[in-house]
Amino acid sequence: MTRIIAWGVFLLGCLYFLLPLVGMTEFSLRMRRGEYSFDAYRVVFGDPRFWDTFSYSLILSGATILVGVFLVVPTAYWVRLKLPQARPFVEFVTLLPLVIPAIVIVFGYIRLYNTSSFLPLTGSALGTDILLTMGYTTLALPYMYRSVDTGLRTIDVATLTEAAQSLGAGWITILGRIILPNVMIAVLSGAFLTLAIVMGEFTMAALLNRPAFGPYMQLIGANRAYEPPALAVIAFALTWGCMGLMQLVARLAKHERAKA
Amino acid sequence: MAEGPIRRAARRLPLEWLGILPFAVFAVLFLILPTLRIVTGAFQDASGTFTLQNLIDLNTPSIRNAYWTSIRLSLITAALGCAVGFAMSAAVVFGGLPRGLRSPLLTFSGVASNFAGVPLAFAFIATLGPAGLITVWLRTEFGINLRAMGFNLLSFWGLVVTYLFFQIPLMILIITPALDGLKREWREAAEVLGATRAQYWRMVALPILFPSLLGTFALLFANAFGAVATAFALTGPQLNIVPIKLFAQIRGDVLGNPNLGFALAFGMIVITVIANTLYIWLRVRSERWLK
Amino acid sequence: MSFLTLTHLEKSFGTNRVVKDFNLSVEKGEFISLLGPSGCGKTTVLRMIAGFEAPTSGSIIIDGQEVTGLRANARNIGMMFQAYALFPNLTVAENVAFGLKVKGVAKAEREARVAEMLALIGLPELGGRFPFQLSGGQQQRVALARALAPKPRVLLLDEPLSALDAKVRVSLRNQIREIQQDLGITTIFVTHDQEEAMSISDRIVVMNAGIADQVGTPFEIYNRPTTRFVANFVGTLNTFEVTVEDPAAGKVRLGGSIMTLPAALNAGTGSAQSIALRPEALRLGREPGYETVISGRIEDVHFMGSIIRLRANVAGETVVLDTFNRADQPPPVPGTGIEISLSGKDAILLQG
Repeated sequence: MTRIIAWGVFLLGCLYFLLPLVGMTEFSLRMRRGEYSFDAYRVVFGDPRFWDTFSYSLILSGATILVGVFLVVPTAYWVRLKLPQARPFVEFVTLLPLVIPAIVIVFGYIRLYNTSSFLPLTGSALGTDILLTMGYTTLALPYMYRSVDTGLRTIDVATLTEAAQSLGAGWITILGRIILPNVMIAVLSGAFLTLAIVMGEFTMAALLNRPAFGPYMQLIGANRAYEPPALAVIAFALTWGCMGLMQLVARLAKHERAKA
Repeated sequence: MAEGPIRRAARRLPLEWLGILPFAVFAVLFLILPTLRIVTGAFQDASGTFTLQNLIDLNTPSIRNAYWTSIRLSLITAALGCAVGFAMSAAVVFGGLPRGLRSPLLTFSGVASNFAGVPLAFAFIATLGPAGLITVWLRTEFGINLRAMGFNLLSFWGLVVTYLFFQIPLMILIITPALDGLKREWREAAEVLGATRAQYWRMVALPILFPSLLGTFALLFANAFGAVATAFALTGPQLNIVPIKLFAQIRGDVLGNPNLGFALAFGMIVITVIANTLYIWLRVRSERWLK
Repeated sequence: MSFLTLTHLEKSFGTNRVVKDFNLSVEKGEFISLLGPSGCGKTTVLRMIAGFEAPTSGSIIIDGQEVTGLRANARNIGMMFQAYALFPNLTVAENVAFGLKVKGVAKAEREARVAEMLALIGLPELGGRFPFQLSGGQQQRVALARALAPKPRVLLLDEPLSALDAKVRVSLRNQIREIQQDLGITTIFVTHDQEEAMSISDRIVVMNAGIADQVGTPFEIYNRPTTRFVANFVGTLNTFEVTVEDPAAGKVRLGGSIMTLPAALNAGTGSAQSIALRPEALRLGREPGYETVISGRIEDVHFMGSIIRLRANVAGETVVLDTFNRADQPPPVPGTGIEISLSGKDAILLQG
């Protein structure tokens, strides 16, 4: 009895999740009248703006990941090693982006860093890109921090540090050569999640007027019929890829630990 | 004698705090100051003097309605997301389904919970929109006209159905480990003491899960409340929910008063802060029995 | 008619037969231990009595009622689990009251019963605490009170002491036995610790590979083990290879001397046999009336208080013997050559 209900619930749930995926895939193939074709994909891939915005977002993902790693790894390490009393503050900050909507944060950016402010970031394209990267970093912060902090918990930070210090290593060496490689798995898993978040992000990029992939998809959606589902399929594959890589990395880590 | 160590501690303290200086600077510049700017802006007029007028001006039927719709949308999708996600997770953990289903479900949930925003809207338009797969199929095969029956994807309930696509997986991701944490001994102890399955759930399992359920509900609420992209791609700027209204205001000052935008955003902060305070308060209350 | 009867109980998981033709009759008020190594099926037997596992075949009768097909919540049984089975979200008092509450017992009566139970386990002050605020031993005492509160017909104990540290284990074990005897409640106790089983039980069932090898009082199990497994599992044994001289008279030869065993042998003259002797049956030095004397060299000495356990090397084999401590006589030091006396009347014959 329980098992029948369980199967029922599970299959209904699957149906709900599969139908939109089937729907978008089917729709994306319908561009040519009367037969299925990849025309929509051909159009999408033939559009230079697709490549421009895609690579723009990809570059920003990379920048976000770098900023995130440089920000989160030393901080999480330092909090564990020397400043446990700062933990409540740091954790509060890392959770803020889950509480304050992204649109509110970016609104604050626009008003705070406009051309007449103390830091006129929105005045130039580069400045706006930096601002957007920082915005993305805040979005990724909760996931990145949690991932790295969990990673640090599994290694003995204090002992590793003392061992390195006794061998004459400086802080940069310790962080770069000892701590980072040890939490590489956690960093990578945070990085793939960040990639997935940034590639699809719309609000911040749109409001800062940058040519990112999210606003591009929205623009196509407002004007075309068959390309949007094709874009959705591509975006879904991208997300799936990121999550798959995350799992792969986690599995490799488990394997490695089992070996050790 | 007692002075020495104290003075040394005082000298050492700032040095250690230097270690998180980059993080603190980042947090202040890109999280705290922008938020404060919104808060102060909500209480200023165009010339920068203090006023409550912006907040008073929020009290128009259109804005009231936007807040109400947003809150309802967030509450309903959070509640449904929790309920359905819980049911699916429970089916896999307790329902006697093959263990092999579990890992694919969690992987898929990881993907689906991140498959939000613009492409999600496209997927639903392709499926439930006017020319979507299911709409057309129901019409040609069964003569059922969804639109005539009152269903419109570009409406409140359409948005609910769409949001559930990332709300349910998020619940599954969070609640599955919590369900795993329920010890078999608790169920067996309750059973051998004469409790029915329902009594066990009501008196033991649900109270134990309550903090996680509550936390997830709060997260799902905030998740839906701040979401812009899906709604915008689905319905364009016309749907009257707060994030869309704010989006339009930031882009083009549709309210005709720049400081009213601050007030609108301030209102969003107030609601998420209230939601989270409520969450923390309930959590502390329900966790008395935890270490 | 016994109070709890298990007849031809069998349990298979897939092709793996975990419990094979298990039979047991328990009298009202009896304390029975199921003793055996892990994986011997003892916990499965207990879980079948509780109703968590359905037997593949066989029947369970409690107080004249066939309960084999009954769900666990309809059996009126009390159970203590290995550890941490208290409901963490309920206070001690609420935990103890749980069984009464689900039965619909009125509040006043419930509270009286909870107070009575907490007094019984000696924790009357702790009703308002949560489980995490208690030590492991206290938690298990509360678990006992919770199991007893609804006045169950049978009390099942699934290794309730294994997670506790040694000192608490002994005191809680004595407390469980005391309460069990006061209430006269029929109890089944699962353990892999033979000392625990010996000290607490009226009877012990030694289980091996899903089969009840031997059922008997601790005295019988220890002194007259019927199988080689029981003999080895319970206590320490020294085994000696002997040659049968006269099976009917129970005479065997060990080295140069003839020993007379307590019973006749079912083996041919000249065949090889194993006999076993407990460490306390051996005597240090030459003892009058003991047929055989062997000599060896002391390997090590464990001073255990009232008893001193000696290990000696006798012709390449280790022999263990216990002597009583005597204040006027220090034990031999390792390396000393010693003589050990053996008597055939103490020997345990190992068959099967």
